[in-house]
Amino acid sequence: MEKVITIKKGYNIKLNGVAEKITSSLDLPNLIAIKPHDFPMLIPKLSVEVGQEILAGHPLFYDKNNPLIRLPSPVSGEVVEIVRGEKRRILEIRILPDKIPKYISFPSPNLKEAARESIIDLLLESGCWSYIRQRPYCFIANPTDIPKAIFVSCFDTAPLAPDLGYIIEQERANFQLGIEVLDKLSNGHLHISIHDSTKEKISESDFQEFSHHKIHHFRGPHPAGNVGIQIHHIAPIQKGEVVWYIHPQDVIIIGRLFSEGRYRAHRTVALTGSGVIHPHYVRVMTGQKLSTILEHQLHEGHYRIIQGNILTGKRSSSDDFLSFYENQLTIVPEGNEPQFLGWLLPGLHKLSLSRTFLSWLTPDRSYNLNTNTNGEERAFVMTGQYDKVLPMNIYPVHLLKAILAKDIERMEDLGIYEVSEEDFALCEFVCTSKIDVQRIIKEGLDYIRSEG
Amino acid sequence: MKIAQNLIQSVKPHFEKGGRFEKFHPAFDALETFLFVPAHTTASGVHIRDAIDLKRTMFTVIIALVPTLLFGMWNVGYQHHLAYGVQVSMMDNFLFGFWKVLPIIVVSYTVGLGVEFIFAIIRNHQVSEGYLVTGLLIPLTMPVTIPLWMVALAAIFCTVLGKEIFGGTGMNFMNPALLARAFLFFAFPAYMSGDIWTDLSSENGHSLVDAYSGATNLVTFDTDFTKVGTVSDMFWGFEQGSIGETSAFACLIGAFILIVTGIGSWQIIVSCFVGALVMGLVLNGLAPVDIPTHPMHTPAYYHWLMGGFAFGAVYMATDPVSAAHTEVGKWIYGLLIGMFTVILRVFNPAYPEGVMLSILLMNVFAPLIDHIVIEQHIKNRKKRA
Repeated sequence: MEKVITIKKGYNIKLNGVAEKITSSLDLPNLIAIKPHDFPMLIPKLSVEVGQEILAGHPLFYDKNNPLIRLPSPVSGEVVEIVRGEKRRILEIRILPDKIPKYISFPSPNLKEAARESIIDLLLESGCWSYIRQRPYCFIANPTDIPKAIFVSCFDTAPLAPDLGYIIEQERANFQLGIEVLDKLSNGHLHISIHDSTKEKISESDFQEFSHHKIHHFRGPHPAGNVGIQIHHIAPIQKGEVVWYIHPQDVIIIGRLFSEGRYRAHRTVALTGSGVIHPHYVRVMTGQKLSTILEHQLHEGHYRIIQGNILTGKRSSSDDFLSFYENQLTIVPEGNEPQFLGWLLPGLHKLSLSRTFLSWLTPDRSYNLNTNTNGEERAFVMTGQYDKVLPMNIYPVHLLKAILAKDIERMEDLGIYEVSEEDFALCEFVCTSKIDVQRIIKEGLDYIRSEG
Repeated sequence: MKIAQNLIQSVKPHFEKGGRFEKFHPAFDALETFLFVPAHTTASGVHIRDAIDLKRTMFTVIIALVPTLLFGMWNVGYQHHLAYGVQVSMMDNFLFGFWKVLPIIVVSYTVGLGVEFIFAIIRNHQVSEGYLVTGLLIPLTMPVTIPLWMVALAAIFCTVLGKEIFGGTGMNFMNPALLARAFLFFAFPAYMSGDIWTDLSSENGHSLVDAYSGATNLVTFDTDFTKVGTVSDMFWGFEQGSIGETSAFACLIGAFILIVTGIGSWQIIVSCFVGALVMGLVLNGLAPVDIPTHPMHTPAYYHWLMGGFAFGAVYMATDPVSAAHTEVGKWIYGLLIGMFTVILRVFNPAYPEGVMLSILLMNVFAPLIDHIVIEQHIKNRKKRA
């Protein structure tokens, strides 16, 4: 066994609304949509037209810059609408699914003998390639790159995150097959990380059949589960290098492709947060309309629907469709009520990493937080706050300042290639001055990509 | 509070864009957000935020300053009555000091906040909370005999030249309160040094006792260190000095609050104390053997207790804006403050309060310290490749 990597810096935000380990399956909805916006940097070119009948696995659109990257339809049925926004930008491709799904059938190669190239070809043809993403920049990997390593993080430490052990357990065989596929792609540099919290459901014994990959055992609070933190500690990215990563749920989808010869895009999504009456897991289709998932599930009141976790997720509404990579929905109350002398109160029910509120005396309490900013944006005053929640050998504030100054050389020196927005989410959460840390990091990455 | 909210909502339109008092929006906004944490919700990035904000941060520092303030008020009365040889109750000592100190605090806040509001209105930015702490630090670092016009001058100087010309709270590179004190110290030396530390307003039927001397320990020790007050008096603060600085004990309580809440950097506080001790010990080792009363012989830990060292290390050096920003940098910054304080005290009798000057000096050097730390960090990152 590899030695344990202990993450000391970080914080687990304990919220009400953890999903109970029960999975309910939803019927196939009567409308599905795939949103090109889910894929950063991708410029969509349509492969279908309105009225066309397609099978599940048929490409809906491809990337203008790399036509090999194709995004498949999760269902069979009729393309009913292409929703466009400003400048005719494609927002959604809506499909009316058949009651009984019909699939394109793909060949199932023998993994032991198949060459790396033929596996890549199958992944590209089926569209499953789009599940493999790269660092830096977090977009779909370029199939012609040779990655430094491939990472699969088998645990999620974000607030209210789904228990990935529980999800993997449901389709262990497909997961193992998917790992075997990645093993072939990685040229012997596949890294799988596991955590104390998922130890019972997923352990080294699950991977014994394969020889090349390495299992890493992590311990410690969020953001230990972020693949960026794991890459930083195991195979840090230098300028010019890329590392691929893929979510375990997407590994399962690739496993299905190789075992069944078809693209079956069901996923298990955790329905979480204090706005949910009974938080649990639901088995849904990629692109499913959120209202069909949330029907009869929410409390009365003014709530915010978030696709993803509460730190990095995207604000959404029940009219929206489930995003391509999403594994979690979080519903929390909006905090749009002013609070009389709120900064002066003892604060037994206010969560703060500083110990300026009395709540620090009850560390095990879990909170019912709302979306209030708890104060206004100010100039940067407090120091050392970000460092306490960023388990990387990086000076966060200096990196942010380099980004604001648009100093590319300095950004590179300070480690911009190793980070992504999600790794800085906790920094943003703790910030006294309420600075938009993730937005700045994203601007930095976008800038360096466009200039570099 | 519902009434207050309704009142605010009813007058709010006048201060919004296009309203009659649009210009005064920053002032109105400051008042409104003081009463109510605004109903702003997260727009991008994280959907929830830590409960702390700058108001809470500054409020915590004020809580940490309360022990020094209360003790300082009592000590003003105590020193006054001691000078006249009058025995009065603890409460009387406190009340005497309370009425002497209160006007200084009121002037400091009124003038300082006034300047802040004017700047906020002219430059159309929000009123920042920084002055809540600065406004209390200024009185605490003054002698009780300070004329009120000088307090007002200090408050103006500190807000304008210490902060606003750089862009306001968070942009300044020197501690504003200390800058104000240094300004008064060099501009009006007669009011800031010498026989000014005790309020000697006349006491009916009493005259000054013979043993009274206006010299603080910092002045005394430069000629003969054995003549300074007892260790216990210096620790508890039964000595003359600026209003808030005398009691090392009260500062320790403040340090405890700052460190527990995580608002003050424990690295800076500890390293300041360590720096002073180390330099004190070094000087002990180098002290001339033939002059046993030479200040270099002063026991090293006396420097912790004399004058405003504890106050400076706990409340002034820890100002996050003007201190070093990196962790390693904070250690270096604190150590150097401690060392320079002792050097200034021992070798430069003209400036007895070395801690003020050494903190200001290190404020200037803090960016350089951080620069060196970051360059080293970048070198190490490259080596990892």
